[in-house]
Order: sequence, then C-alpha cells, then structure tokens
Amino acid sequence: MAEVTGTGRVKRGMAEMLKGGVIMDVVNAEQAKIAEDAGAVAVMALERVPADIRAQGGVARMSDPDMIEKIQASVSIPVMAKARIGHFVEAQVLQSLNVDYIDESEVLTPSDYENHIDKWNFTVPFVCGATNLGEALRRINEGAAMIRSKGEAGTGDVSNAMMHMRKIGGEIRRLSSLREDELYVAAKELQAPYALVKEVAETGKLPVVLFTAGGIATPADAALMMAMGADGVFIGSGIFKSGNPAQRAAACVRATTFWDDPKVVADASRGLGEAMVGINVADLPAPHRLSERGW
Amino acid sequence: MKVGVLGLQGDFREHINSLIACGVDVAPVRRIEELNDVDALVIPGGESTTIAHLAQTFEIFDEIKTRIASGMPAYGSCAGMILLADQILDAPKDQKTFGGLDIVVRRNAFGRQVDSFESDLEFKDGFPGLLKAVFIRAPWVEKTGAGVEVLASMQSHPVAVRSKTLLATSFHPELTGDHRIHQYFVDQVARPALKKVQ
Repeated sequence: MAEVTGTGRVKRGMAEMLKGGVIMDVVNAEQAKIAEDAGAVAVMALERVPADIRAQGGVARMSDPDMIEKIQASVSIPVMAKARIGHFVEAQVLQSLNVDYIDESEVLTPSDYENHIDKWNFTVPFVCGATNLGEALRRINEGAAMIRSKGEAGTGDVSNAMMHMRKIGGEIRRLSSLREDELYVAAKELQAPYALVKEVAETGKLPVVLFTAGGIATPADAALMMAMGADGVFIGSGIFKSGNPAQRAAACVRATTFWDDPKVVADASRGLGEAMVGINVADLPAPHRLSERGW
Repeated sequence: MKVGVLGLQGDFREHINSLIACGVDVAPVRRIEELNDVDALVIPGGESTTIAHLAQTFEIFDEIKTRIASGMPAYGSCAGMILLADQILDAPKDQKTFGGLDIVVRRNAFGRQVDSFESDLEFKDGFPGLLKAVFIRAPWVEKTGAGVEVLASMQSHPVAVRSKTLLATSFHPELTGDHRIHQYFVDQVARPALKKVQ
C-alpha cells in the first residue's frame, strides 16, 4: 500500500479540480483574501501584476518567499507562484515553500533563452504558457501538467488570448482529421513528439487541462474564453487594476460558470465600475510582447 | 433513476462520464429546475469554497441542503465530501456546507499539493475490492457520528464513509477510469434509498 507522491495523475488531477474556475493574480494577503471570498479556485502569488511589470520595466523575478508564505497563511485555496522560464532553482525554491503549482511564466524575464525547466524532476506540478499546439506539446513533453494559452499579459486586450485559443483548437481539430500515416509529418511540422501528436489526434484534446490567460478583463471576456473551449481562466491585472476588485472578481467567477447564459453574463457585467485601462496589443512594440517568450 | 452532477465548478464532466458508464441517466445541475429533475446528486471534486460560493450566489444552496436533509441520495468526492459534512475544520470562518452527513471533516488534512498522492486502498467487506485511490489536497474524516459507517481508512483516518443515503470519499474515483465506487453509489446507496421513499 505504498503512497506515491508527484505522479502524473496527481499532478494533472490537481488541474482537473480547478476546471470551470478563475485563478487570480494577487500581490499580498489582503488581495488573496478578497480573491478567495469572491470564489477564486486558486491565487497566483506574484510581486507585481503584469500591467505593473509592463509599466515599470526592469527584470521581473520570482516573488519573495515571505510574501508567498503570508499569502499561503491567509487563504485555504491553492496558492500558485511564478518562476522564470528555465530557472530551475527558482522552481526548487518554490517547491520547498510548498506552493501548490508553479507557473513557468513568460510574464517574468526568462533566465534561459533555449531551454525550459525539466519539470519531470519535480513533485510539484507545473503550468506553462503556449501560443500554439506544438508549443503546448513541447511543454507537456517536458512535464507540464497543465497548459494555459498565453494571450498578452498585462494589456486587458483579449485579442491575443482569442488568437491563441483559436490556434490551439484549430490545430487539434486538424490533427483529428488526418490519416494515421500523415501524423509523422504533422509531428515534424508541429515540432512535437510523435506519441503526443498521436494521442491528441485520437482523443481530440490536449492530454492536460487547458486554461486561458493574458488580457482577460471583464466577465464577458471570461465567458468568451470558456466558449472557445478553455477549461478555466487566469485573470492577472484585470481584477486588482480595476475600480472595484471584489465585485469584479465575483462577477468573473459567475460568468465563468454560466458562460453559456448571456443573461447571467449581463447581470455579472452590471455596475462594475471602471475596468483596467488597458493597452492595445497592436500598439506594443514587438520586444515588449511577452507571448513571444518561450520556445 | 436520474442522477445529477453539480456542475458549478470542478471535475463534474469526469463524474458524468463515470455515471454514464454505470448505465444511469445523468444530467449536469446548475439551476433549481435542473435539481428538481433529478433523483440523486453527485458533488464533484473542485474547490469547496468556490462551489459553496456559487451555490449561494445562484440560490441553489438552500434547495440542495433541503433535498439532502429530506433523503435525496448524494455522493461527494473530495470537495464533495467537505460539502456533505455537518462540520468542517480548517475552513474560512463563514464557509457553509450542505451537510447531512454526521461527520467532522478536516480540509486539506493530508497537506498541500506536494503531499498529494495515490495509493492502493482496501475497503471493508462487501465493498468492491482494492482500489487505486487518488488523493489531491485531500480532506479526511476526523470524527463520525451515529449512523455513519467507515468504509475505508488511510493513515488511520476514515477516507470513505456512508450513511443510509449519503456516500463520501476523500479521493477521486472519477480520475481513474475505475467506476466501482460510482456503481456502488448507484446500486448500494441511491437505489435502495429511493425504493424506500416510493
């Protein structure tokens, strides 16, 4: 009757429990409490929300362990934290702090411009961003137990999240339509392992939970992403950069559950005050686009 | 018999698939009309705080509580176990549960995600054999009241319990493709309970 930790089923299963929920970026214990009270399924502890990282510039890194522990102490829901792409020591630190999930995130400044973290070496599960199916499968091959479409973090502009969800969904649908003897070339084109490509072609979905992120700012944005096939939603700057965070957080949770009922989404959208101001992704100079980080 | 699966948040689709494999009619339940249309309810894994929050927001909370109190068979896994417990520990101060099962449950009792594990689990006689059990930030039962039977334990804490009409597990049979727990709920809990009512 051996008890085994860190199995694929335990890591991927954790993400299954988050489905249909909203994961919110928080920078302190007070915000974490507001998120929990509003019905968030988890919080992402980080030093600065993406909009501030964008505004202030500089190198963005893993958060202070003190801050993460304060957040862990203040809520009973899962606490996630971000490590830089390829920074396996930051990830080891986060694992030693007992965070519930690590986001190897393009929102932070990458530490390695060629390799991602070998995530199989960890007991704690990882979520990674992807802009297309090949990228998602490469991350899964490295041990990611959950994928989120990247979108463009810190903008409040949902267009890139939309583009990435359409891209991932479209590529999955295309794989399902191929003959079996065409999957070898498909794997070559996707730059992804054949075994994973074959699995996706057979099941018509990713082998892990797919959330969406990057630019979601309103209840209708959240519902849109669910309608596009997301299993759930990350909201970063959209909540605590808005006029009334508690109310907006609860509204986004409601719209995520009842994404297919426009009346509920309408009610959730009423009287929320100001949304985060936002930046059009098209106005961002290419080097400032976070979604292009990751390889 | 039609079994509903509370579909506000969590892995309700996996429960629906398991129940379909058991050969019963299944429907997701998010609204009161949908609840009124089912004979039994499964409460899935997920975040118990979120599910309770959404149930209250959409005014289905009291209705579920009343139905369970008046004998509707129900099964809860993990978060579902928490929501069926009369009393919970290590929860936010104002967290409510549907209740009905006279147990005290400790949330996240086995630890955080790095402590999540899978293990073979032995059940008491009459239950369908050894099972691969997946525990994810799982609760355990701290105390059981009269009329609650312990079906399985882990680290000397009950992790599967039942009363006449209710079944609860700390672990997630819906994630393993093994439908024996769902079959047990349908055949040994829900059907006998409903027969008595009629």
